[in-house]
Amino acid sequence: MSGRVSGVCGPTVRSDAAGLALHERVAVGRQGLTGEVVRLEAAGAVIQVYEETRGLALGEPVTGSGSSLEVVLGPGLLGRMLDGLERPLDRLLASQGPFLEAGGALPALDDRRCWPFTPGRRPGETVTAGDELGWVSEGRLRHPILVPPGRSGVLAELASGSLTAGATVARLADGTAIPLGQRWPVRRPRPYARKLAARRPLVTGQRIIDLLFPLALGGAAIIPGGFGTGKTVLEQAIARHAAVDVVVYCGCGERGNEMAELVADFAGLADPRTGGPLLDRTVLVANTSNMPVAAREASIYTAVTVAEYYRDLGLDVLLLADSISRWAEALREIGAALGQMPGEEGYPTAMAGRLAAFVERAGAVETLGGRPGSLSMILSVSPPGGDCTEPVTQALARACGASLILDTRLAHSRHFPAINPQASYSLFETEVRDFCQETVAADWSSLRQRCQARLRAEESLAEVAEIVGLDGLQDRDRLTMEAARLLRRRFLAQSAYGTETASSLAATAGLARRLLEAGDAALAASAAGRPLAEAAALLEIP
Amino acid sequence: MRLARHRYRTVTRLSGELLVANRILAARVGELVTVRSADGRAILGEILALDRDTILVQLYGESAGLDLAATEIELTGAVQKMPVSRAMLGRTLNGAGQPIDGRPCYLAQAWRAVTPRPINPAGRAAPAEFIETGISAVDGLNTLVKGQKLPVFSCAGLPAKELVGRLLHGAGPGFALVFVALGLTFHELSYYLAVLDRTRADCVAFLNRADEPVMERLLAPRLALTAAEYLAFDLGLDVLVVITDLTSYCEALRQISSTREELPGRRGYPGYLYSDLAALYERAGRLQGRPGSVTMIPVLTMPEDDITHPIPDLTGYITEGQLVLSRDLWRRGIDPPIDILPSLSRLMGKGIGAGRTREDHRTIADSLYSSYARGRELRRLAAIVGREGLAARDQSLLDFAAAFEAEFIHQGDERRAVGCTLDLGRGLLERFGVWSHG
Repeated sequence: MSGRVSGVCGPTVRSDAAGLALHERVAVGRQGLTGEVVRLEAAGAVIQVYEETRGLALGEPVTGSGSSLEVVLGPGLLGRMLDGLERPLDRLLASQGPFLEAGGALPALDDRRCWPFTPGRRPGETVTAGDELGWVSEGRLRHPILVPPGRSGVLAELASGSLTAGATVARLADGTAIPLGQRWPVRRPRPYARKLAARRPLVTGQRIIDLLFPLALGGAAIIPGGFGTGKTVLEQAIARHAAVDVVVYCGCGERGNEMAELVADFAGLADPRTGGPLLDRTVLVANTSNMPVAAREASIYTAVTVAEYYRDLGLDVLLLADSISRWAEALREIGAALGQMPGEEGYPTAMAGRLAAFVERAGAVETLGGRPGSLSMILSVSPPGGDCTEPVTQALARACGASLILDTRLAHSRHFPAINPQASYSLFETEVRDFCQETVAADWSSLRQRCQARLRAEESLAEVAEIVGLDGLQDRDRLTMEAARLLRRRFLAQSAYGTETASSLAATAGLARRLLEAGDAALAASAAGRPLAEAAALLEIP
Repeated sequence: MRLARHRYRTVTRLSGELLVANRILAARVGELVTVRSADGRAILGEILALDRDTILVQLYGESAGLDLAATEIELTGAVQKMPVSRAMLGRTLNGAGQPIDGRPCYLAQAWRAVTPRPINPAGRAAPAEFIETGISAVDGLNTLVKGQKLPVFSCAGLPAKELVGRLLHGAGPGFALVFVALGLTFHELSYYLAVLDRTRADCVAFLNRADEPVMERLLAPRLALTAAEYLAFDLGLDVLVVITDLTSYCEALRQISSTREELPGRRGYPGYLYSDLAALYERAGRLQGRPGSVTMIPVLTMPEDDITHPIPDLTGYITEGQLVLSRDLWRRGIDPPIDILPSLSRLMGKGIGAGRTREDHRTIADSLYSSYARGRELRRLAAIVGREGLAARDQSLLDFAAAFEAEFIHQGDERRAVGCTLDLGRGLLERFGVWSHG
């Protein structure tokens, strides 16, 4: 299980160690850098190291751990900032100072922190995976402690009172100990009883999304956009306002300053649903662009595993990743370092398959314990040059049910969110329609269709206006264009800052109805022979 | 440090700036080696990769004249470090960090590794302090804040160096400057040296001319940023780092990558270009609870004026916005020719408003932006249907766009305080009655 370093090239380390397993986690060198076995050969193992390898020498030790790359799951993750390997960045700051050391390992769950555990079962009862053993309070969240997947039996002991993350909550008759903080390998999806069809909308608070391109709890969507089109601002606005219980935000190869801004904002803002700080319902996974590239590759798996854990507690969880393209870039860099044969645009041929399998971890489920839970995903994509025909966008478009395409031209004219209403789509519309018609507005579906019809009419008229000029259009057509412009400016555009930051479904429907009716009234007035100026005045609504 | 000095004459391959040697004991990745040629010339190199007893070395310096038989390698036991000191300010160094101003080397207060550990994202402070540059298109619409990285995207033949000169000049006396020239022509370099001479003493310059080793082009920004981090986070200074031209840097990287026979990515640039650029750009920032900041203005020339070229494209994904220069504006005599539509400052929101610049900053900026964008759109329309074909309101938007370029963007040598910039913008919006356009 152990051996020596025999070669180093960037994040790829060769070792003569025998007896290692594929994907086993290993400690590399005197600093104990975290690595993962990616290839086994007769001569030894090829290891992908998740930390900076500079300074590593030949002959330094390599030791296997006997398990694959894992994270620890339990109370104490909410409000934390973790790196791609689940190291607590906020705690590392206290112990290492502002610069990250290689090899400095601290557990994600603070072992000094105690959780008052209220037992919900008695010794002698039979429990199976997913059953609730009891609960602790994690901030405002009643955090149930569940029997982990694959475990079942008769309860021999059950703890109560103050417990740390490492403490044993329960012991089964066969001697199995169930700790408060449970481990799970990040590359293996956590099991559930069955997947359910998506029925409920994921309310983002963004009018254009909620009405025109609705998302569903358990669905996956992508936001492709070139730089400067506002992907990050939109993802952060959704992270703030989405009507879910837990948000896992994965800054995958993104900017350090933006992560700092996010934390500062979230610590100061209140969660409108609970009144507590927004940060308390958020887990941040931050592997910024200058942190080791292999850990960036692992970061989305760490994030989705944390998200699945909260889903298994019976919660609605939203995973936001910014951006998946950076993950793909990491995959490409690692593939090149390993000498893999490149596929399209240099990405490994496994890229599309791995993305599809990753997106498959989203879903509305019945958990092992029989509770409903959901894991939704919104993934931003940074296509090179804003060109959505590139392989990452295409692979994700196939795997996800909605695509909110950000448009450079809209962004330049400071129309935000710069979602292009013609190019974007959502396949969740039919799934959530009934819910919205029953609980929000009976005319929900018709509002959506009327909005889209008006925007389409504007688009075709704009082509004519290009040639004949606006004055060359008939009054009726000019009014149609004005009515659509009203819709774009007052409904589709929505500042991520300032006062009108989030809109409830009812408010969204109300505003759409008001603007559509104003447009209809103006057109009707014109049809009745009233002068253009008089008809257009009907569009001037406060 | 190594106690015994081992020298090897086991070079098996020389190719460009790369050297392969075998039968080397106990080497480390990143370790510096000294390579001596037969005539006694010493060249510094760094170990890039290890495979059993074979090492791959990247040479910093001229490799012509080396041979396989007589070239001698000595391992130093150290990683590349940089002597840093307050006394660096006022000095001029070459791309390898050696003084070229005719004065002896400064006394080091500390030695710092040139490829440092990344800043812990949890330890960053969110940038929020306004920097006045005196340029309306920047201060008013693409505000720079302390700790930000805001690149300039230029095209060949556009006055990027004049804009940079103005930024160097404009950043108030509170700033220490770190100026990095990569692969510049003598002509460009003398312009910058004149600017620096004229304006500042508290500046350290790292100069790599077009005819100097490409390896130093890759090293110079790392040395400079190491100096900047020391000045900022150890000495508490506000540091402005200007690096020009990043396009030369990326080309040097591509050259080295192809020498290493790596798989090429987009347009022949290595697949790790994004991570490599991020390792430079992400060194800008502020730290929680510490004074000092590193603000970075990288300058790059867009090949073929193409903003989707990998260099500007990847840069845009890492930096917090960009200032884009436009050939069209420059042809029409607008100076500086900053095209505000593709330009952006991502951190502007935190740096403006009451208590920082002025309460009405956001409203004015938004109004200017959307009115100008609409005016530019109408220009296309007017070209087809004629000005008379437009509604009266649209005609005034057209006039506004022209006046905005001529009076707000264009400012010649004038330096404008931010209040003056905002008054100017407000005045334009009122003059053309386009204020309420949303």
